[in-house]
Amino acid sequence: MKNILLILRREYLVRIKKKSFWVMTLLMPILISGFYALLFWGVFNSQEQQKVSIIDESGAFTQKFKNSEKVKFEYLKLPLDSAISRLNQKQTDIVAVIPQNIMDDPSSLRIYTGKGVGFEIQNKIENIIQNEIRNVKLAKAGIDQKILEEADVNVSSKVVVVSKEGEQKEQNTLASTILGTITVILMFSTVVGFGVQVMRGVIEEKTNRIIEVIISSVKPFQLMMGKILGVGMVGLTQFALWITLTFALTTVSSSLLPANQIKKAAQQQMSEMPQKDKDKIAKKVTETPSDAGKVMGFLKSAKSLNIPLIIGCFLFYFLFGYLFYASVYGAIGSAVDNETDTQQFMFPIMLPLLAGYLIGLMTAGQADNKLLFWASIIPFTAPITMMARLPFGVEPWELILSMTLLVISTIGMVWLAAKIYRVGILMYGKKPSFKEIGKWLFYKG
Amino acid sequence: MNNILEVHNVVKRYSQHTALNNVSLNIPKGVIFGLLGPNGAGKTSLIRIINQITGPDEGYVMFDGKKLNQQHIKEIGYLPEERGLYKKMKVGEQLLYLAQLKGLSEKEALEKLKAWFIKFDIKTWWTKNVEDLSKGMQQKIQFVATVLHEPQLIILDEPFSGFDPINADLIKNEILELKEKGSTIIFSTHRMESVEELCDHIALINKSEKVLDGAKSEIKERFKTHTYNVEYAGNLGEIGNGFEIVKTEKIEDNFSAATIKIQPDIPVNQLVRLLIDQVELRSFGENIPSMNDIFKMVVNETID
Repeated sequence: MKNILLILRREYLVRIKKKSFWVMTLLMPILISGFYALLFWGVFNSQEQQKVSIIDESGAFTQKFKNSEKVKFEYLKLPLDSAISRLNQKQTDIVAVIPQNIMDDPSSLRIYTGKGVGFEIQNKIENIIQNEIRNVKLAKAGIDQKILEEADVNVSSKVVVVSKEGEQKEQNTLASTILGTITVILMFSTVVGFGVQVMRGVIEEKTNRIIEVIISSVKPFQLMMGKILGVGMVGLTQFALWITLTFALTTVSSSLLPANQIKKAAQQQMSEMPQKDKDKIAKKVTETPSDAGKVMGFLKSAKSLNIPLIIGCFLFYFLFGYLFYASVYGAIGSAVDNETDTQQFMFPIMLPLLAGYLIGLMTAGQADNKLLFWASIIPFTAPITMMARLPFGVEPWELILSMTLLVISTIGMVWLAAKIYRVGILMYGKKPSFKEIGKWLFYKG
Repeated sequence: MNNILEVHNVVKRYSQHTALNNVSLNIPKGVIFGLLGPNGAGKTSLIRIINQITGPDEGYVMFDGKKLNQQHIKEIGYLPEERGLYKKMKVGEQLLYLAQLKGLSEKEALEKLKAWFIKFDIKTWWTKNVEDLSKGMQQKIQFVATVLHEPQLIILDEPFSGFDPINADLIKNEILELKEKGSTIIFSTHRMESVEELCDHIALINKSEKVLDGAKSEIKERFKTHTYNVEYAGNLGEIGNGFEIVKTEKIEDNFSAATIKIQPDIPVNQLVRLLIDQVELRSFGENIPSMNDIFKMVVNETID
């Protein structure tokens, strides 16, 4: 035990002292919170006003395009060529051509631009035209605008999860799906990343030829475990720093965006809407939040997720998933002389990892998916796929079953890996086959 | 107990071949023991068993009267033939780490290391990365790592490979000093001149079997050919029964050299008397086989 701790300490310190560790550890939360801040900034800060020239060949949209803070419309009666030359001379940013037959062929709208058009503006132009076409067609059919407005109800739902104890909890499917996806990606990349570090460490000791000196002092198993645990501690340290830093940075960056700015953004968005829509929204604003309101609601419901449970489970599944795969990586490292020889062995371990990753990503949000359920029970894929299920709530017995199976198979895997490792580290020169490695399992001490 | 190590009927098999076939040998305390043999003879397998890196399939090993066990690891220092260090680790940290793996406390290790660093005059190396040292310098560090915990038994596998003559001498003197202090040294090599110089006892392993062992002097006695080298002035004629002149040659001006074989039961003095009567003696000595000769002789014999 003392030896394992000594080895663990060395493996840990060597990695913690590396510059690359700190660069990665500090950069990630900055990137994440920077992304987060950028997202808010993009939503709430208007960019430069863009000039949109409308060539209305149908003549049905006169006065329908209203200027706003972000867009300034102008009507042109020019042939397309000269309109486009205005584009080239930077007299306008966007040219939208509404053809004569737009009523019959709604997809014939063309938008020309010199530098690309933002999704928001494209959407705005399309919406205005779409609304107008609808109004015209409704009028033709003799349907009163008022009746339509009354009929146009906006249905939105709140998902309430009822536990067996009768406790009711609101669930935000979107927040859960996003969290599930992020944790799936994080779990996959860290298990693979730190697993490969273990493999490299083993190969390094082999090529350095220090291995024989060390195992004349400690048992191969102690060396392997010390290394795996040491690298695992590096992983946990990194998570701890990421969680603290991300929390600190997002707190700072969201405090830079005070609530009244969000409110202002919501008001601004409303002011851009046509008057009748505004009335409609004003009427129902208490039930149907605006987009900005939705962001607030999302953040609120994200907070209602059981974050401590998710973090706790994440750490548990990381620890055992990592142990499971790192011991395989360690065994591979012991069997080869250099990293290029690892190729043939990498595929079989990447297979279950990738399967878990893809299942987790594709079925995130489908809490009752059967494939996802089984993948989260089977130890090979459980560490990754369980992450996709956790935000939606998992039955305790399922969690316990999955965890128990994982712990048992991790012990088994470590035991098998140790047998391969013990023989592998002393083998030089020949590239072993799977058959050869299979034989090592039966070697006596 | 006079033997630090006793190997009893050890067999080690790998899937394709037998590395050690029923090998037994005793290593007395306080000697420098030469473990000799051609490449692939099984020396490394035996050393690994002594170091408990692998276990024997049959047979057992006794260390200082007790069956070899985990406790003995800290009593053994091992310098493998294929040796290395962590390249990106500082020399001082690395030695502290290796010493602690051998069971020393950090404080003890530090004290002992200080003494060695002063002795070898390498104090400035402490904070250097291993990769910044030359190969010879790294070898010195490895030697320090091997003996730092003052083990009873030191196993050196080809210790001089990679050393320049000056550093080789330095290490040679250290080995002799360790012997003085009571350590036993197993010295695995196929460089016979260092065996000649350092070893008290030897064992020769060839093709997985021990083919020869014992004290060096006794082995030489066993392999001596009862031939004598003579240098003289004058003419050497017939010297009578029981003596055979193997060859003679002129060496310079008036001097000649001859190799004479005598029957084992005839005293040497008798030969000397005969020679004095005939020629003017310049030198006289017994032709004692070198370890190199014995090595070749035995290895070739077992090949045939």
